[in-house]
Amino acid sequence: MPKHLISIHDFTCDDILKTLEMAKGFENNPYQPFLKGKIVASIFFEPSTRTRLSFETAANRLGARIIGFSDVDSTSISKGESLKDTIKMVSNYSDLIIMRHPLEGSARYASEVSSVPVINAGDGANQHPTQTLLDLYSILKTQGKLDGLRINMVGDLKYGRTVHSLMQAMSFFNPSFVFTSPEELKMPKEYKDYLIAKGIPFTETKNLNEGLNDADIIYMTRVQKERFTDPIEYERVKNIYSLNLSMISNCKPNMKILHPLPRINEISQDVDNSSHAYYFEQAENGVYTRMAIISKLLEIDNLTK
Amino acid sequence: MEKQLKVSAIKDGTVLDHIPSDQLFKVIDILGLQKSSNQITFGFNLDSKLLGKKAIIKIADTYFEADDINRIALIAPQTKINIIHDFEVVEKRVLSVPSTIKGIVKCMNPMCITNHQAVETLFSTILDSPDIKLHCHFCEKITDRDNLKIISNS
Ligand SMILES: [Zn+2]
Repeated sequence: MPKHLISIHDFTCDDILKTLEMAKGFENNPYQPFLKGKIVASIFFEPSTRTRLSFETAANRLGARIIGFSDVDSTSISKGESLKDTIKMVSNYSDLIIMRHPLEGSARYASEVSSVPVINAGDGANQHPTQTLLDLYSILKTQGKLDGLRINMVGDLKYGRTVHSLMQAMSFFNPSFVFTSPEELKMPKEYKDYLIAKGIPFTETKNLNEGLNDADIIYMTRVQKERFTDPIEYERVKNIYSLNLSMISNCKPNMKILHPLPRINEISQDVDNSSHAYYFEQAENGVYTRMAIISKLLEIDNLTK
Repeated sequence: MEKQLKVSAIKDGTVLDHIPSDQLFKVIDILGLQKSSNQITFGFNLDSKLLGKKAIIKIADTYFEADDINRIALIAPQTKINIIHDFEVVEKRVLSVPSTIKGIVKCMNPMCITNHQAVETLFSTILDSPDIKLHCHFCEKITDRDNLKIISNS
């Protein structure tokens, strides 16, 4: 197990499986205050309420105390303090740091100046590894396995860091992929080359109706307006990549729909009550997964299963 | 023989030959030659069968560590290194691309931490022949040769 979790590449297949197993233990018994007397720093250099609440709930459930800030306006950072100085100070106060920062590579750098473990809660468009682990946990929980699944990734496959990380992490488990996206948001060549080199099959389509019936997982992502130079093109794409109940009437019974949230209109409200909708439970799984990640990095292993 | 005479010979030191002319100033920058107090002669836009136009640098009484000189492989990999003693070439060296590059090069990702705070850049080199690509240790993005910017050494 590495000391920090900065990028999903920091975890081996074995690290991933052990973390997911521990997350299951926490889901079965969420009140295991192994971190009583410990202090967890939650430092958010840009606001992300959803991620911060999930992490802080996880740390609280483990019995830790939390220090930190949720944006930089009221801190000395807005007066120009360097990241290095902030991390040096915070790592003297705490046993573990959870950090979100708008600059890419900031988390790697923080882990190199910190004396305590650092968890990357998002460094700009680069990495958000705890999201990937909670996605894997959700897949494992709903499918009963990770091996040999067919995964359809939909929406912004060009800039979406969550799909890139998930695709790479799933590559340990013999998947096959469908990539559904508009032309301007296709999966970048470097990631397709990665799959080809590993011998993992994938197909690409622009048609959302195509890859639904044989999928085990449909992973929806947000198509963001700021990715488009042409606003008319955005409006067109936004309406095409919207999943509704009638579209999934012939899908496999085990199929689950995931979405990192928040959604705009990629998934129509009429899907929410279907047995295939899993995005709200997925968010809840984030707490157990993050409890497991924090515990693993602090080398706590003797939990009640 | 005539070509040899265009740039005066040195007694002891290092000669860098077959530098592509358009890379000369970057090579000077990477090696920090503007800070040297030794005698240095440059030849620029010399005819070359291999390169069209080449440049040459002769640095008196200076020898480079392999790690230092190999950094120019990033921009001028075909450069030939000749070690001179008493007007004779006593050793010829070829460049090899180092596996990591610390400093020297700017990360091309504008959102990279190294472009905003006092963090020294660090890359691993990926040989994607004939090109060299740099993988940023921090932001994990690729800087390719077309976007390679040298952090000035002066
Ligand atoms: Zn970078």
